[in-house]
Amino acid sequence: MRAYVPDYDLVASAALSDALALVAEGRRPIAGGTDLMVLFEAGKLPYRRLVSLHAIAELREVTANATHVTIGALATYTGIQEDEILRREFPLLVRAASWTGAVATQNRGTLAGNIANASPAADSPPALLVYDAEVELVSARGSRWISYAAFHTDYKVTVMQPDEIIARIRLPRTTAGCVQYLRKVGTRRAQAISKVALAGLAHVADGKLSRIRIALASVAPVPLRCLETERLLERRRIDSALIQDSREVLSGEIAPIDDIRSTRDYRSEVARNLLAEFLESVPS
Amino acid sequence: MAKVAIEFRLNGVARKLEAYPMERLLDVLREQCGLTGTKEGCGEGECGACSVLMDGQLVNSCLVPVLQAHRAEILTIEGLAAVAELHALQAAFASAGGAQCGICTPGMILATLQLLERAPHPTDEQIREGLAGNLCRCTGYQKIFDAVREASRV
Amino acid sequence: MFHTVGKPVLRKEAHAKVTGAAKYVDDFSLPGMLYGVTVRSPVARGRIRNIEFLPGIPWDEFIIVTAKDIPGENCVALIVDDQPYLAAEYVNHPEEPVVLLAHPNKYLTEKARGAVRLDIEPMPAIFTLEDALAKKEIVWGDDNVFKTFLVEKGNVDVAWSDAAHLVEGEYRTGAQEQLYIETNGVVARANPEDGITIWGSMQCPYYVHKALLKPFPLPPEKIRVIQMETGGGFGGKEEYPSMIAGHAALLAWKSGRPVKMVYDRAEDMVATTKRHPSRTKIKTAVSREGKLLALDIEFDIDGGAYATLSSVVLSRGTIHAAGPYLCPNVRIRSRAVATNAPPHGAFRGFGAPQSIFALERHLNKVARVAGLPPEELRGRNFLHRGETTATGQEIHEDVNLEALLSRGLELSCYHAKRREFAQSNPGSRIKRGIGFASFMHGAGFTGSGERYLQSVAAIEATREGRVRILVSSTEIGQGTNTILAQIAAETLGIDCADIEVAQPDTAQVPNSGPTVASRTCMVVGRLIETCAIGLKQALSKVGLLGTGYSRSDFAAACTRYVDQFGGLKISSQYQAPPGVYWDDDAYRGDAYGAFAWAVCVAEVAVDTSTFEIRVNDFTALQEVGRVIHPVLAAGQIEGGVAQGIGYALYENVVWRDGRMANGQMTNYIMPTSVDVPRIRVFFEETPYTYGPLGAKGIGELPIDGPAPAILNAIENALGVEVNEIPLMPEMLFATMAREEVTIG
Repeated sequence: MRAYVPDYDLVASAALSDALALVAEGRRPIAGGTDLMVLFEAGKLPYRRLVSLHAIAELREVTANATHVTIGALATYTGIQEDEILRREFPLLVRAASWTGAVATQNRGTLAGNIANASPAADSPPALLVYDAEVELVSARGSRWISYAAFHTDYKVTVMQPDEIIARIRLPRTTAGCVQYLRKVGTRRAQAISKVALAGLAHVADGKLSRIRIALASVAPVPLRCLETERLLERRRIDSALIQDSREVLSGEIAPIDDIRSTRDYRSEVARNLLAEFLESVPS
Repeated sequence: MAKVAIEFRLNGVARKLEAYPMERLLDVLREQCGLTGTKEGCGEGECGACSVLMDGQLVNSCLVPVLQAHRAEILTIEGLAAVAELHALQAAFASAGGAQCGICTPGMILATLQLLERAPHPTDEQIREGLAGNLCRCTGYQKIFDAVREASRV
Repeated sequence: MFHTVGKPVLRKEAHAKVTGAAKYVDDFSLPGMLYGVTVRSPVARGRIRNIEFLPGIPWDEFIIVTAKDIPGENCVALIVDDQPYLAAEYVNHPEEPVVLLAHPNKYLTEKARGAVRLDIEPMPAIFTLEDALAKKEIVWGDDNVFKTFLVEKGNVDVAWSDAAHLVEGEYRTGAQEQLYIETNGVVARANPEDGITIWGSMQCPYYVHKALLKPFPLPPEKIRVIQMETGGGFGGKEEYPSMIAGHAALLAWKSGRPVKMVYDRAEDMVATTKRHPSRTKIKTAVSREGKLLALDIEFDIDGGAYATLSSVVLSRGTIHAAGPYLCPNVRIRSRAVATNAPPHGAFRGFGAPQSIFALERHLNKVARVAGLPPEELRGRNFLHRGETTATGQEIHEDVNLEALLSRGLELSCYHAKRREFAQSNPGSRIKRGIGFASFMHGAGFTGSGERYLQSVAAIEATREGRVRILVSSTEIGQGTNTILAQIAAETLGIDCADIEVAQPDTAQVPNSGPTVASRTCMVVGRLIETCAIGLKQALSKVGLLGTGYSRSDFAAACTRYVDQFGGLKISSQYQAPPGVYWDDDAYRGDAYGAFAWAVCVAEVAVDTSTFEIRVNDFTALQEVGRVIHPVLAAGQIEGGVAQGIGYALYENVVWRDGRMANGQMTNYIMPTSVDVPRIRVFFEETPYTYGPLGAKGIGELPIDGPAPAILNAIENALGVEVNEIPLMPEMLFATMAREEVTIG
């Protein structure tokens, strides 16, 4: 335990407006703490003044209307796994939630926290990317919705302004009839950081894919939508030649590295294999 | 930074104390509350030796700033049994050989409590998934699975 | 047959452990206690130019200890006195201790640690076995070599010409972190008048006791070491506690106040001992009939910067290198070398997992070259009664390894599965395989080691009519307290519940030797058995105990004896079994009192799109003399297998300039409950004459076999030969890409 605890100034807000005022004056938000407290204990949390959002009830809800499911920023991974509509229509997000840490982490960790932490290895982003998620950023100045695909700009850099927090994540209910694929390759079968993960989503008619989405974790400085690979596959009939081509195009789009957990070459090869596995699973 | 007033219910008893807001719940339980049954194994939320139930949910107390435990209901291993008897889970762990060195045992028992609340008759797969956040270096998990199965039959 | 041995009695500390009442060192505090931390070298090798205490810390409130504060010798006593408690002028590994700090506020102590700057002029360092052997830099002694051994049987050099097959191979194993869930920690009280008391997490209180005699000018009776409940050791708390205890004692000595020093996980991972990495080269000559004609083995281990226990690890690895096989000509040349890594140390198996990995991989290769199934090759070469091992030890028991192997293969459906996988693998993305290893493990200290230890155990009767066991052997999860109580209870004809085991406290218990080397049941248990016989005799001799008696009769007899004579304590000192001879100079003879024998079978599945390897099922069959406690014994096997699976497939230490770069549980991967397979355990019992009720030692045996069995299974699944562990998916992928293996 490497942090000098008396130096840290943490307060809690029960109302969103209070919290936003405190963030505007320089406090950093903390939700479930499953990322920030690890940094804190390693002596690596770079800021001293924080505001806890944990008591803001309105941010915990998962609601749905005819066109969208809206997930509150403080919805935990456990909450996400328990929601009926998410289980039925957004199974990749539910599966990602079940893979994030283990039970104790899932009871505390939040989707917004996962996104805001901006790790390219995070488990939820590939699912959010293929689901065309949107994120609501709020501040004392107001709120804005942005496409999640535009949220990450560089390694651990996002479009969030210093006074903004994530309030909600919204998913369009357009997954009916889609083929959905998500696979994570980690350091072990549970409670593991991802070495590579791939999410795939598409409508299928006649053995051809349309509105295809492919997203990966741990192969770039940010969670990555593979637009070129998607373009190659859009409206094409899946056959082994196309799968081979798509593997090559994918290779060109991703930029994995050697790090403490894995190697560039391994990540590349496995990413290609996961893509092939997704495409081979599409009914013809 | 000054200490703040924290109140919570700990093993059914109301407690009031003062602590730094970012003090780990783990340290507050062990030091101020004198309950050393909850252990530190890693300080990074990986081993689960610090598991407690907070508002009925299994959490790693090494990752909970005590401010977030304000007004919560907390259950530690000490709260599990009446004075001389053992909770059925504790008895099962004892008789099945689920505890060797014992350092992971309090967290493992609380994780099992959570598991059996959510799945009273868990499959082998559910048992493994439910305990995946509690690392044991001594047993290879086999007799922990036996203990859970034994407890789930009660 | 027995009334308590062989029965699953409740573990002695079960109630305390399942209620959270068991007291580990961090659960314990003393009034006025300070918290101690260690400031460590950031570089692998260099000369200390300056130690700077940066502003922003109230240094006048701190106790600061450096090498010059050590009242006696700055040396951690072990085998070769080369390791200092605190680096004085030179550092020889990353994380080497240089400065100690203590303060009443644990947060401030940690903050202060970050405010000490060590100015070290770097010197060239070496980090590999190869560089050490090539003497790229001399970092220890004259030639970087801590120890060498030579074991010779017959004449290897003339055997090659008769060979039908000559097979060579090279095998490597990486470091492994013990990863006990409770980190290292001690509390110390120390001053010149009262002496030193240490409470701690440890395996060997008397090692710590002996070690503290060097840095402190105190007589032995003024040093007291007490073992607290210990959350796992696996060897990682065999020798290391001497270091941390010395540090805490130095701070306590200087401050006049008690000091607690408990490492966090990050410090424990990077600064304390790990399993020795190894490289083994084997050359084998085999006859047309598949008989081993010659085994020429070079076995090298990386000991890190100081000698610590490397010579003994080397010894055990050397003696186990030729396995349970009969070979007329054997040469084993072994070396332990120095590098600038933190010293490597004891970890369950202690050299044997390394050399057995090499041999059991190699024999599968030999089988392939000789055109024999691997079990057939083993079967033609197993040792039998009357035959001799590589060190010339004659086997005196009726061991039937062919039957053991056969049974192991049957229990695991080995042949049926091989056929099934051969059918199902082609065209499947998931390739399955099955492989085995056959091996032995010698219990007790090697050769003359047990004689040298001269272990003493004692039993006393109490006024309350109970029996108390007095040993320094520690309970660290393996069941010491329970099995010693069972052995005593069985011998005395009373109940386990009537027996207490005293807390290992050097002021109260004799030195029954360290809790290592699979010796606690076999050697210390035997001493307890002897003491119990003596206790019964003492009571009978004065007419207090008849030929038949109840539990309460026995208790009453104890009470009466103590009332009448003041006390009743029976001690027993180790005596080597007759006919056990070991020649330390020639390194030949009877290396161990007894070997336990084992076969293990691993079933794996390899996902060829992700190169992930999963152990799906595991069978462990072992002959152990006598099973004292079925649940505890199975628990030892299961735990050892899980650590062996980690050793083979998950536990990768990432080294950067001699320092462990992945020193967090997030990045150093041990198996979770989802990763371990079902582990099926089976025992056979051929009672060992000199073991308590026939028991041999089993603590380390189970970690010797899994890694080679798993790699054998992977080769069966893929047809790819890999001879290095840990076998990470990245390495498997790279090997297959290099060999351009097409997945069919």
